[in-house]
Amino acid sequence: MSESHTSTVPVILSAFITGLIFAIGLGISGMTDTTKVLGFLTLNSDWNPALMLVMGGAIVVHAVVYQIVKRRPSPMFTDGFHIPTRTDIDRPLLVGATLFGLGWGIGGICPGPGVVSIFSGSTEVLVFVVMMAVGAFGWQQIQRKL
Amino acid sequence: MNQFVMALIGGGLIGVAASILLMTQGRIAGISGIAGALMKSEVTDKGWRWAFFIGLLCGGALLLIVSPEVFVISKERPIWMMAIAGLLVGFGTQMGNGCTSGHGVCGITRLSPRSLVATGVFMVFGMLISTVLTGVLS
Repeated sequence: MSESHTSTVPVILSAFITGLIFAIGLGISGMTDTTKVLGFLTLNSDWNPALMLVMGGAIVVHAVVYQIVKRRPSPMFTDGFHIPTRTDIDRPLLVGATLFGLGWGIGGICPGPGVVSIFSGSTEVLVFVVMMAVGAFGWQQIQRKL
Repeated sequence: MNQFVMALIGGGLIGVAASILLMTQGRIAGISGIAGALMKSEVTDKGWRWAFFIGLLCGGALLLIVSPEVFVISKERPIWMMAIAGLLVGFGTQMGNGCTSGHGVCGITRLSPRSLVATGVFMVFGMLISTVLTGVLS
């Protein structure tokens, strides 16, 4: 696929709108409130199950659209679908998900809410996001040498 | 409004966003994947990725103006823990090819075996460490 094809105005604009709506959804849902996230991840007498509905709501909406879209020959503004096709459960998947889970449970922030909360003025968020970039870069460097 | 209703509406909006990206360009709205690729020199299709990332930042700025109360950071976890948390989240999501959005929402919707396993694993370990830490710190 040519470089210009992935950077047309409709492609850029729809990607921007996706990011915008995603961020608003994260904020409204409670995912940018780490007291709620930690309240959901901490299984004690104060357990708060509310955030289960975030993933649930997103999956229900997306599942309906996915069933319709997958019957179409191509997306609206590009030539083809870029949907992951791997099905193997390998070690990097398991170790990576474990490390991510530990990080999420320690801080109460996953990548989306981290980026969305950058301007909120919290030092904790800034430290988290900078270290997240460092960690991501670290794995990318290791992967190159494997 | 009730936090359960807010969670459902917010989640629905996340589903709408993921659907727009799929319909318009056939891509998966996985935040760690899209943002992680921005740091890779070999990735050439950075235009839509930057647009998505800037959209996230603008959404965050908009929320900050309209309803800043959605941003709450628990003081339960000290700053050095937040540094370790960030490092683990960055490293782990790149190694495991996804986070709560790519595996948790998009992958589960497709019933992808990799995403179902990854989501189960990160939920279990997230709950485990958070429960232990809350017990230890309180």
